[in-house]
Amino acid sequence: MLSSARKVSGYFLILALICAVFADLAIISADPWSELRRIASGFLQPVFFSWSELLQSVAYTLAFAVIGVGVSAFLGLLLARMFHWRAVRVLCAAVRSVHELFWALFFLQIFGVQTLTGLLAIIIPFTGIFTKVYAEILEESDHKPLHTLPEQSWQSASAYLYARLAVAWPQLAMYTRYRLECGIRSSAILGFVGLPTLGFHLESFYKQGDYAEAAGVLYLFFLIIATMKYWSHRWLLGAMFIAAVMFLPFDFSVHCDSLQRFLFQDIWPAPLRNADSLLELSVWGETLAWAQWLVQTQALEGIINTLLLTMIALVGTGLVTLLLYPLVSPLFFKKPVRWPSHGFLVVLRSLPELMLAFIIVIMIGPSMLPAIIALSLHNGAIIAHLLGQSTRTLRLREDAPRGMNLYLYEVTPRLYRPFLAFLFYRWEVILRESAILGILGIHTLGFYVDSAFEELRFDRALFLIFICALLNILVDSCSRFIRKRLSLTGLPEVN
Amino acid sequence: MTDNPTLFTLDQAAIGWSGHTVLQDISLRIREGEKVALLGKSGAGKSTLLRHLYRQHSGELAFCPQQPGLVPGLSVFHNIYMGQLARHHVLYNALNLFFPFKQPLSEVTALAEQVGLADKLVAKAESLSGGQQQRVALARSLYQQQPVFLGDEPVSAVDETQAETLLQLIISNHRTVVIALHNTQHALRYCERIIGLAGGRIVLDAPSSKLTPESLSEFYQASHNQVEAKDTDPSLLMHQASGC
Repeated sequence: MLSSARKVSGYFLILALICAVFADLAIISADPWSELRRIASGFLQPVFFSWSELLQSVAYTLAFAVIGVGVSAFLGLLLARMFHWRAVRVLCAAVRSVHELFWALFFLQIFGVQTLTGLLAIIIPFTGIFTKVYAEILEESDHKPLHTLPEQSWQSASAYLYARLAVAWPQLAMYTRYRLECGIRSSAILGFVGLPTLGFHLESFYKQGDYAEAAGVLYLFFLIIATMKYWSHRWLLGAMFIAAVMFLPFDFSVHCDSLQRFLFQDIWPAPLRNADSLLELSVWGETLAWAQWLVQTQALEGIINTLLLTMIALVGTGLVTLLLYPLVSPLFFKKPVRWPSHGFLVVLRSLPELMLAFIIVIMIGPSMLPAIIALSLHNGAIIAHLLGQSTRTLRLREDAPRGMNLYLYEVTPRLYRPFLAFLFYRWEVILRESAILGILGIHTLGFYVDSAFEELRFDRALFLIFICALLNILVDSCSRFIRKRLSLTGLPEVN
Repeated sequence: MTDNPTLFTLDQAAIGWSGHTVLQDISLRIREGEKVALLGKSGAGKSTLLRHLYRQHSGELAFCPQQPGLVPGLSVFHNIYMGQLARHHVLYNALNLFFPFKQPLSEVTALAEQVGLADKLVAKAESLSGGQQQRVALARSLYQQQPVFLGDEPVSAVDETQAETLLQLIISNHRTVVIALHNTQHALRYCERIIGLAGGRIVLDAPSSKLTPESLSEFYQASHNQVEAKDTDPSLLMHQASGC
């Protein structure tokens, strides 16, 4: 079994090396070290530029996250009951496959910089994710309580409430709380496209070279994530939800004609939009030519770069994981090493890829290198944390080897398949992030989407986002195929 | 043999784990060159005693645990090779993981033949039966090539004839052997000294030459009673069991 897992790893390694040959790995900046020094000195002497502005953007960040996650959790709970319908599954996969920032760019055109833009950008993709994961949790939970009820009542809402939701509630609540952390990250990076969250200040400070002020914003962000477990209690979150609804300015005076114009004209391919009649064959020929031109000039390069980046980052994530997981495992290190390592992983985990990549881009310029480093570090830290924790369940034999031998022969072989399972789970996420990192100037699909929005060519933007979504669904099914083929699960192997 | 240096000494020791005493008042002296069998019902404390002995000298003796503890995804070759990890540089071990070296390959092959696993060398440990896994674990401890062998029922899952071959292998490859067994015939045939545990104490410690299968089955009977009636005088039992 491991030999096939090993073979698959070998193929991916070779593939990533080939991709690296074609990828643009240049260090563009003339003096990356002095830039690094300035950024580092910013971290050592952070400046909190204006508490009122900072706290306001913290409030926005939390408000978007709490309402966004709350609403999508509720919708997810409702939709999870209908997950056996194919239409629901397809719809969820579709909305999931488009990154929050793409949704935000999209709604910015309709509503402008508005509360609704931020909320929908979170609610739509998160609902897709919640629905899927909730459905899976419910499926895996104990069915016995349901089966004690009379059979004709199994489909009833009461049975669902008492014998399904109540049974799976601890897992559902745990997952929802984890997603809230993701929601805060998403909410923060919405600032990169202009919403008033923490990412907004972060981006502008870094762009202006105000590294001390930028570090202050980052520290505040870490503080929110690090203290989450102290304030994410049920009642407090409920209170925050109500407070957030009152805090956020809702403006529903959307100009109906602009919405109409956007939905029924702007986003449709130019040849279709400008045609007098859709029945003429030439219109469709022109549309096809339009699509072909778009593919040849932008989409193809975007797809290739996105895939190159994804493949390299996937293998990079794997290498970072294998390097880092022993640092947080009690099998290898005692607390004096484990605790600072934990801190290091928490920082890498809670810093969104986009922010991390953005900081590295400032240092070495917009090649694929910053994206690879950011994606590998962030995702590697996430999986290393999971693997390191799972080593706690391993019971070693009395005469087990030590140190590197323990790592090479006992622990890593036992963790290898769960490691691959986690890695392939992240593949889809890595792809979605690879695409979005284009907005930093790396020529992945996100770059072309962003430019299309800037040029107000919404038809092109939508077409490119559609390609992103297809690519995402493709990678997701690839990953599912491999996981199934190698029958990978997240549990370490004991014997 | 009485002149040989002492390897293990316990003097009225209480042995246990996580605050829970399993064995008490254990006085024991094992000298180099002895072949000792540990007998006793399951739960009598044989594993605890062996673990305790192992910890006194870890790294200098071969240990074969009751649970094979194989790495499921690694081949039989790699699992056996693990017996000698500490003897090689870590880079050598790392390379050997992907490209097995000639010398360990031929050594492990020879060993696998001796324990009857010659055809399984490249098979994954997870694909083996319980008995085969136990033989891999035994081969791993044999490959440690230490003068002292501690084994916790290392042949419990293999059939009678195989067990004898394997015990012979253990005895002939190690100068000192302390081995927990459940088969009294094996104990009498392969070991010169037999230690019986019951109720958390040593209730029998005698040379095999002075014991017979019958007296040992009496010991088992008695140790059964001992478990049920703990206040019986252990020395009385020892006297009964040793049959002398």
